[in-house]
Amino acid sequence: MVLNDIEKLLEKYENGETSLKEEQQLKHYFSNETVEPHLEMYKLMFTYFLGNKEEQFTKDVPLKTKKTFNYKWISVAAVAVLMLGFYFNNPPVETCQENIVGSYCDPQEALDEVSKSLAMISSHFNKGKNTINYLNEMEKGTSTLGYLNEIENTTSIIFKN
Amino acid sequence: MTQTEFLNIVIPFKDKVFRLAKRLLVSTEEAEDATQEVLLKLWNNKKKIAEYKNVEAFSMTMTKNFCFDKLKSKQAQNLKIIHSNYEDKQTPLQKQVELNDSLNWVERIVKDLPEQQKMIIQLRDIEEYDLDEIAKMLEMNNTAVRVALSRARKTIREKLTNTHNYGVK
Repeated sequence: MVLNDIEKLLEKYENGETSLKEEQQLKHYFSNETVEPHLEMYKLMFTYFLGNKEEQFTKDVPLKTKKTFNYKWISVAAVAVLMLGFYFNNPPVETCQENIVGSYCDPQEALDEVSKSLAMISSHFNKGKNTINYLNEMEKGTSTLGYLNEIENTTSIIFKN
Repeated sequence: MTQTEFLNIVIPFKDKVFRLAKRLLVSTEEAEDATQEVLLKLWNNKKKIAEYKNVEAFSMTMTKNFCFDKLKSKQAQNLKIIHSNYEDKQTPLQKQVELNDSLNWVERIVKDLPEQQKMIIQLRDIEEYDLDEIAKMLEMNNTAVRVALSRARKTIREKLTNTHNYGVK
């Protein structure tokens, strides 16, 4: 490239008006061995820029796959547990609990017991009833007093007149 | 998004993130940490990546902000660590030594630029981004970027001319 052009480009470059393409031309020009002595410092600049681009980032980045806890799996697990629960939960055996007072496992036995206790209740009841039998006597007595009404009838007749 | 998908998105610009971080933080180790941090943040927000119009520009902005935070906290703690990892891996020729040395001048000059100009030089002259893109990344307007860029370039050139002429920095 003609020196004149380069100098013009350099001026543009310093004013920040060069396009990327023009800057590449400059870089290319200054990467050649022979440069005019008065432009030596530009060579330094551009070689530095080019050289700096080579540097690379070599360190590893530990990309941890952050386990985002998925809540829907909780429900899946819950359902599974429930299902297992139903599966292993045998229908409740009708366990007869003899230890509870007054309960019987054999219905016949229960019936017997019930009738026995009912019979006992009635016998006691009858006994009690017998003791109040004399009340009937009193009723008899009051009925014999019925003739007093006759007196009342007669007295009312008297007082009317 | 799987790891491979993520890496495919990230690989093209992870070096750029690193270099920008290094430009601002100077130390390679810190720049590596910063890059790692930025990439991890991206990874943690991977669900939102699809929403970003330009992941690369977004990451660059993130890097910028992250490095600024870093610098700020370092200043606040009044920690002064001088990093000098100027590499001179190969020194076979006198010429190369000389060139390397002069390249270090450029490095030092750039280091002395204000943060903003540093970033702009990095993004434009090294990473070759479009001015509009840079403006977006740095949350500046286009003209401001251009002005800063021109100023930075002139400063570098002037300082280089001085060193070149007198041989002293």
